Amino acid sequence: MNRISLTTPLTSDVVEKLRIGQQVSLNGIIYTGRDAAHKRLIELIEQGKELPFELKGQVIYYVGPSPARPGRVIGAAGPTTSGRMDRYTPKLYALGLKATIGKGRRAPEVIDAIRQYKGVYLAAVGGAAALIARSVKSAEVIAFPELGPEAVYRLVVEDFPAIVVNDTLGGDLYDESIKAYSAIL
Amino acid sequence: MLEGFRKAYREEISQNGKEIIQQLIMNAEIAREERIPICQDTGFTVVFVELGQDVRIVGGDFYEAINEGVRRGYKEGYLRKSIVSHPLERKNTGDNTPAVIHTKIVPGDNLRLIVAPKGGGSENMSALKMLKPSEGVEGVKKFVVDVVKNAGPNPCPPVIVGVGIGGTFEKAAQLSKEALLRRLGEKSKYPDIARLEDELFDEINRLGIGPQGLGGKTTALAVHIEIYAAHIASLPVAVNINCHAARHKEAVL
Repeated sequence: MNRISLTTPLTSDVVEKLRIGQQVSLNGIIYTGRDAAHKRLIELIEQGKELPFELKGQVIYYVGPSPARPGRVIGAAGPTTSGRMDRYTPKLYALGLKATIGKGRRAPEVIDAIRQYKGVYLAAVGGAAALIARSVKSAEVIAFPELGPEAVYRLVVEDFPAIVVNDTLGGDLYDESIKAYSAIL
Repeated sequence: MLEGFRKAYREEISQNGKEIIQQLIMNAEIAREERIPICQDTGFTVVFVELGQDVRIVGGDFYEAINEGVRRGYKEGYLRKSIVSHPLERKNTGDNTPAVIHTKIVPGDNLRLIVAPKGGGSENMSALKMLKPSEGVEGVKKFVVDVVKNAGPNPCPPVIVGVGIGGTFEKAAQLSKEALLRRLGEKSKYPDIARLEDELFDEINRLGIGPQGLGGKTTALAVHIEIYAAHIASLPVAVNINCHAARHKEAVL
């Protein structure tokens, strides 16, 4: 299968060419963040404080990994449901975030922000957490260690597999796929 | 589960869907080899206890013993600690306790423990409705299909759909969770309910959601229904969704 290789940080030029349904493989640094970390990030932004990482061009992966066994980089590391982050996401795209990775639908506000700020939303396979962990080459907690699995990790990934669900044209892969298959089943 | 995946792989018509199922099979193999969880969400530990009425537990607090087991199991197994102590303050307890424990007194002198860790993503897509008795079986079917349809890609399809019909508000919810404990695809012992399971299975798999919501035939791997007596005024229906990472372990002491 043909995967489009993407290297982080991402630029608008690269992101704008992506279309729903395309398979991509990510390389480079990505950051983890889920419910509690997002709440903290938004609080920092509202207080005008510095974030633990620069958002511009970056990718946030919605994941709370399981602990690594000794000698391993990470435990299981599959995507969590993205919709829980919807409240916080438009703001992050507005500040230069380029991509989010998770699973499941996004709110209309997020889909709008992706179009407006030239971002992308990618889905990874939910529950393929052992398989995905193989593409994580290093993992380091860089913020909020007290949140346990919800801490922000800096991950270095190689050939991290994902699929484009929402693109800069406002397309939605879930809507289109489900519509197509419900019509023929 | 692997058997369920292989069957789904053969029957899936969507190319994306087939590939996802293939990845889930590979994932299970890697997880076994490397001894890491198939999914990072190793769940809220739900424990069903069947306590024989002739058993007497001595020497300590039984529920604390279960929680100690959870504490050790999640530490030694490198499982994720996913529980916050207060639903609003949301501070992680750090050891995945407390468990949710359901206890039933049964005849005999055995103590049976069924541990069924439950992931949050699919739990969040579950729902309960108090139908009017006049809505009947059609109302039940519509509600169950709507819950799965609205859940769409979120609960990591292919899913297992647990349905509880009857009882009171909380009884229906518990039945729907117990329905998930059944071996994949095992039918209800009541012929009419087994038929309803088949009808719902077919209808859900015509929704087109498919693996991960990317389109296809395999939206549900099974529909399991448990029933109970109902009040003359009520027809409660609960739908508890489980992702494809359905993990149970049983021990008899």
